[in-house]
Amino acid sequence: MQNKSNNSAIHKLHTPISDEAILSLKTGDMVSLSGIIYTARDAAHARLVEMASRGEAMPFEFKGQAVFYAGPAPAKPGKQIGSVGPTTGGRMDTYSPYLIERGLKIMIGKGGRSVDVVDAIKQHGGIYFAATGGIAALMARCVESSEVIAFDELGPEAIRKLRVVELPVIVAIDHQGNNIYETGPKEYLEQ
Amino acid sequence: MRKIEAHRITDLVEQLCIEACCVIPVDLENGFKSCLQQERSPRGKQVLTTMLENARIARDERVPMCQDTGMTVIFVTMGQDVHVTGDFIEDAINKGVRQGYVKGYLRKSVVSDPFRRENTGDNTPAVIHYEMVPGDVFKVTVSPKGFGSENKSALRMLTPSEGIEGVKRFVIDTVSAAGASACPPIIVGVGIGGTMERAAYLSKKALLRPVGSDNDDESLVTFEKETLIDINKLGIGPAGLGGNTTALAVHVITYATHIAGLPVAVNIGCHATRHASGEL
Repeated sequence: MQNKSNNSAIHKLHTPISDEAILSLKTGDMVSLSGIIYTARDAAHARLVEMASRGEAMPFEFKGQAVFYAGPAPAKPGKQIGSVGPTTGGRMDTYSPYLIERGLKIMIGKGGRSVDVVDAIKQHGGIYFAATGGIAALMARCVESSEVIAFDELGPEAIRKLRVVELPVIVAIDHQGNNIYETGPKEYLEQ
Repeated sequence: MRKIEAHRITDLVEQLCIEACCVIPVDLENGFKSCLQQERSPRGKQVLTTMLENARIARDERVPMCQDTGMTVIFVTMGQDVHVTGDFIEDAINKGVRQGYVKGYLRKSVVSDPFRRENTGDNTPAVIHYEMVPGDVFKVTVSPKGFGSENKSALRMLTPSEGIEGVKRFVIDTVSAAGASACPPIIVGVGIGGTMERAAYLSKKALLRPVGSDNDDESLVTFEKETLIDINKLGIGPAGLGGNTTALAVHVITYATHIAGLPVAVNIGCHATRHASGEL
């Protein structure tokens, strides 16, 4: 849906995503993502870390799976989901390295990440995708189904299992630690 | 004395909450369109195009533009000859927010306490600002404020000697630090003067001015334009992926201040800086 005015190829990926696929992607690559992804934001991250530190099983298998920093609006009758889009990844910086060490490799959010997160991504061969914030009515059209699988009491912050079709994202931080939030603006910086 | 029954306020607030979240203001949409012409980055153009498409879908389907339907900020302008009857005005407004967020399928993003953090389930309480004016007008503006941009806002107490250049530097530094998380292209509201809290209030109020309009205070027109040009040189661009459209507008409101002070507040509004107004 976003490929018309850009010459670069769109990488079509389906979850679970293999380690090889992650290693083949570079910062700035456009990706169209399909399959199952899981929403988790601030409160859910705090709980995941608490659970992991107690040695409990995670509500979903991390391997090859993507976590989407998002809390959707409620679905209107007849719809699978309300408007949905990424929240600021930086607020998850406190939790992400711990989860990356435990196998979480694929994250989707908006905005830059801390040095610790970038280091963890490099060390464990992870990837951080950027989705555009604030185009949530449009993005909801990529969601085929939505089901709360954990922390229902957190309302919009519950963990949801989403089936998405061609969700448009861009590689923000690749496994080498290249970061579009640094390189992109540098190209257009006027002194 | 003009009487207004509280339930009419509730109904108006309910309707404005839904309208503000789903219908992009015309001035903002026109702002996107003119930026699309000027944006040099292909990626930036693409992002701006999707923002326009998103606004169209939100309006047509009556769904929120952004899933973050904000903490509900409400500006009430009330004539001193108005008498609200029935419920307490604050209760009537919060009831309207509650109804609007439920009926409009808007996200409930408010927690009851900053530390206990339990979702109130209905997006109340709202943050309400009252302004008393002469006469019998009763006007309400609902401005749902998303926190991607709110979190990047800042306030500093400058010294008088830092002057207008100091203010400009602080505004630009704040926008630079905000980066992609604030969902650019942004609107930059700047409150200058008064006391600490007055500057913050004015910076929020400044976001309500139509994009593309000139400041009523001629002496500030040039400052706003120059600051906007400098912001757009930062290269942050649409969605922070690089480009020459980082902000759509800089809006300043000033107020008298103390001989010792120069308070400056910068309130960042994301590209979905929403508001809807109505009168009774």
